[in-house]
Amino acid sequence: MNESTSQNVRKILDDIYRTESRRVLATLIRLLGDFDTAEDAMHDAFSAALDQWQRDGVPANPRAWLVSAGRFKAIDQIRRRTKFETSLEPFIEQIGNAAADEPEPDHEGIEDDRLRLIFTCCHPALRPDARVALTLREVCGLTTEEIAHAFLTTPPTLAQRIVRAKAKIRDARIPYEVPSKEDLPDRLEVVLQVIYLVFNEGYSASSGDAATRPDLSDEAIRLGRLLKELLPDPEVLGLLALMLLHESRRSARTSPAGEIILLEDQNRSLWNRELIAEGTALVERSLSSQQFGPYTLQAAIAAVHAEASAAASTDWAEIVGLYSLLLRMTPSPVVELNCAVAVAMRDGSSAGLEIIDSILARGDLVDYHLAHSARAELCRRLGRTEEARASYERALALAQQEPERRFLEKRLNKLQS
Amino acid sequence: MKYMLLVYLDENALSETERQSCYRDSAKLAQDLNASGQYIDASPLELTPTATSVRLRNGKRLVTDGPFAETHEQLGGYYLINAKDLDEAIGIAARVPVARMGTIEIRPVMEISGLPES
Repeated sequence: MNESTSQNVRKILDDIYRTESRRVLATLIRLLGDFDTAEDAMHDAFSAALDQWQRDGVPANPRAWLVSAGRFKAIDQIRRRTKFETSLEPFIEQIGNAAADEPEPDHEGIEDDRLRLIFTCCHPALRPDARVALTLREVCGLTTEEIAHAFLTTPPTLAQRIVRAKAKIRDARIPYEVPSKEDLPDRLEVVLQVIYLVFNEGYSASSGDAATRPDLSDEAIRLGRLLKELLPDPEVLGLLALMLLHESRRSARTSPAGEIILLEDQNRSLWNRELIAEGTALVERSLSSQQFGPYTLQAAIAAVHAEASAAASTDWAEIVGLYSLLLRMTPSPVVELNCAVAVAMRDGSSAGLEIIDSILARGDLVDYHLAHSARAELCRRLGRTEEARASYERALALAQQEPERRFLEKRLNKLQS
Repeated sequence: MKYMLLVYLDENALSETERQSCYRDSAKLAQDLNASGQYIDASPLELTPTATSVRLRNGKRLVTDGPFAETHEQLGGYYLINAKDLDEAIGIAARVPVARMGTIEIRPVMEISGLPES
């Protein structure tokens, strides 16, 4: 074997690791019944491939080779660990038999394993932060360090979170299954929540210096695309559309200095037309199913903004209509606030202000900075400067994120001058 | 795998008639679980004014009136069931009548050696 073959195999393996390692892992978890055993087995299989493929050449179906090698590596491991114990023999036999019986994993079987992995990592019996960490680790293949960095926590804390989640999966016996038809809607909702949370953490980080962390948004979109491939439910399409349409505005929503630019002030030529076209097509597909939910409606609203060539030519009547539907489907003060802003655009600032004041008067959103900044903006437009100032100050006192604080300070200064 | 379903409820939330009807519905669920081979044991508990807590500290027995913790919802009964995994146990927990107003806590039962055969 010469140097170039060795480098060649290493490169091929790197590529296969990137594209196939999550599939291999998903199948090994099913065959071996345990996350940690499967992870070790997968890494053993990749090291074995590096040796054997240099000698014997790359097999015709590398993925099947890796699954099979991983399974036998795991059996070896368990044998070695329990050399003097016979209690595990039936278990080893069972894995071995499964190995012999298992036909070459076909496309559908593999894709089912990936869905199993997603649903298990996003099981509602796990803590919400553990679902996110486990999904990014096992489904996306991010390292513990990368996830810790993205969520501003330390790698040991994050590792602990993942260890605990895996222990609960094992000890409470959370199944490695795609949920039954009757459980599917509820369970899918949790999966979509996890994906959207990852996206939002990347799109408007909840704290820290930078307004966005694009890596996490990319991961969330990748997850959305994967789920669309595996389970093209209307809300899966809706969520993917929503993420793509938000993502299309990324480079327009902050200045080079990192300052926030509001939707109405954005340079729309910076919007990514390809993402808009893809998102809009998904919205239309989901809407035509008549089975859509809140993600599709939010995406539809984003699509209406996307098709307006200027803020002034936005179809606000359409947007108010969509918000009203959304409010009926998922009543929430935040949706009501967004609707109020759209009403202000359609019917004038005082109509919007009336709704915001009624939300605050019942005690909702009083600690939500965006409610106060929206109120301030409408007061400003109506020439009620003192009220605008008070609301901007309230918003500033509540805002956590640096760019948002700078934005509010700037608005406040402009008011004073 | 065995799971314990711990049934928590504000024990003052039910009228006497509602309580009796809840016992009947719960017994019906136990019969159904028995028919499907998932039943091991179940019972309601007497109310918390009958509870006694015992601790041993420095060899001294401390006996106090009342439940272990004063909480908004109290342990009011239990089911011990057989289920193949957590999803099946969640499905059964959702059928417990109290799930509509209280909370069902699911705990996997640990298998240890040395216990008498039941």
